[in-house]
Amino acid sequence: MINEHLPALQVVVPLLAAPICFLILNNRLSWLFASLVSWLCFAMAILLVMEVKDGAVLHYEFGGWAPPWGIEYSVDVLNAYVLLIVSGIAAVVFPYSWTSIQKEIPESHHRIYFTAMMLCLAGLLGMTITGDAFNLFVLLEISSLSSYTLISLGRDRRALTASFQYLIMGTIGATFILIGVGLLYALTGTLNMADLASKIPALEGSRTLQAAFAFLVVGFGLKLAMFPLHLWLPNAYAFAPSAVSAFIGSTATKVAIYALLRFLYTVFGADFSFNFMQVQWLLMPLAVASILFASMVAMFQDGIKRLLAYSSVAQIGYMLLGISLVNITGLTGTLLHLFNHALMKGGLFLTLGAIAYRVGDTRVKSIAGLGQAMPFTMGAFVVGALSLIGVPLTVGFISKWYLILATLEKGYWPLTVLIIISSLMAVVYTWRIIETAYFQERPANAPEVKEAPLSLLIPAWTLIAANLYFGINSRLSTDLATGAAKMLFGGSLL
Amino acid sequence: MILDLYNYWVVIFLMMSGFYTLIASNHLIKKIVGLNIFQSSVFMLYISMGKVAGGTAPIAAEGIDTYSNPLPHVLILTAIVVGIATTSLALALVIRIKESYDTVQENEILELDRISDEETQA
Repeated sequence: MINEHLPALQVVVPLLAAPICFLILNNRLSWLFASLVSWLCFAMAILLVMEVKDGAVLHYEFGGWAPPWGIEYSVDVLNAYVLLIVSGIAAVVFPYSWTSIQKEIPESHHRIYFTAMMLCLAGLLGMTITGDAFNLFVLLEISSLSSYTLISLGRDRRALTASFQYLIMGTIGATFILIGVGLLYALTGTLNMADLASKIPALEGSRTLQAAFAFLVVGFGLKLAMFPLHLWLPNAYAFAPSAVSAFIGSTATKVAIYALLRFLYTVFGADFSFNFMQVQWLLMPLAVASILFASMVAMFQDGIKRLLAYSSVAQIGYMLLGISLVNITGLTGTLLHLFNHALMKGGLFLTLGAIAYRVGDTRVKSIAGLGQAMPFTMGAFVVGALSLIGVPLTVGFISKWYLILATLEKGYWPLTVLIIISSLMAVVYTWRIIETAYFQERPANAPEVKEAPLSLLIPAWTLIAANLYFGINSRLSTDLATGAAKMLFGGSLL
Repeated sequence: MILDLYNYWVVIFLMMSGFYTLIASNHLIKKIVGLNIFQSSVFMLYISMGKVAGGTAPIAAEGIDTYSNPLPHVLILTAIVVGIATTSLALALVIRIKESYDTVQENEILELDRISDEETQA
């Protein structure tokens, strides 16, 4: 009975919980409530994954209005998989938040923080689950507006300018998406994605359709930080509070990539996107440029958060590279990297939050000697860094393996070399941190540092342990990713 | 022939002037104004698209059988609300930027950031 309403509840529950977080006057209760709701969302996502993992598609008509007139939510393997990633990260970051924000956000803003996080979660889940193009725009703006607020809560005053810059770039992106959706509506008279998909093949060659395609690709390109539209990302991640960096860094760009995939494959169809528009020849050079450029810049950063932010731009490059190969293995690699990158970046940002909690800042030079002072925190960081590099037995290896197989399948061996070179660059930029932490003495005048509290260590280690678990037993993630990739290539199943 | 589609020319003119203001101005408030013009042009795109030649307001009445399409208008009401939320959030951020930097000129803010960067390096 309740099961048939699951697709709606997945979004409605966090959306309703957001104002309640603000109305609960006690900060601690508000946090407990928010954590409970995030676990509930995770549980619902697991139930949805179990229902659709064999290829079933769930449809939910809001208010009983049949599509294409009403708003429809539809869940297939692909969005259930992304829902699992987003809600899983939320279920770890919400409990972590309490201790982390004590030192980073003034007490009067704690409830606002939980409200904004909840809204951001609702927006991201909604973007993932919706089957309506305009609804996607609205939910995108809900998640974006709350993430601007969250970023501006950072301690440094540069968080404000970072947030403003992100707001300008993000709104341009969202407006481009709005233009694209409007042009599609003008052509077809519908907003439902499945209905759009059935009407678009007849329009091939229409100039308006090509314009809509271009606006949508650039719009999502801005939201997912595709090189060279990534300029908002490093500052936004570097100056946001630690828990916010962990949450937004591991979910927001992933959901934007999901939305791009949904439009490329389901709405426009693989044939139009890749044979007629040849979008892979736009994505591939940009992916290569972002992998090389961002890894290079990451090697010269002083702040670890900013270093990880540039590394995120490079990882997004991998995902775009997988899309641009236009084969099932490449797309599986992209989808696996969505999952795996969320785990590794989430884990790394959470350990950085623990360092920020004890040390106060996260510059490379201020972590000297922490290997002895905070063994568990730095241990987590090392495992996360190995995963980022792509060492076997970690998740990073699995997705890079699929990407390398996909490049070989296509015969693009220079891209294989590129993936290996950029992994070596990742060794360089993570080694700098590990070397400073383990092989340099703590300065004599530096204050005494203790191990981070368990309330930070447990969530961080949960994600780090997931890096190892899914690196060794990758059946869950590879099954879902392969299933989703096959579904996307098999045409529209909406 | 080209003038038949004059609504699109209006939209394109507004869109480009808004976009130019957004990119070229140094003053944060002017950027927000540019963003608003840019967004308004998209609202006009939707609204003019819903107009059916010879159609009236979509209210059922005797003797009328051509109606304008109300759906784009409804969509744009939502988009306007989103636009207001974005503008107010942007203005709130500018107030906080003004409080902590004492300026709303982008080049001066960048200069102040550069100076504080050098201080932390030293």
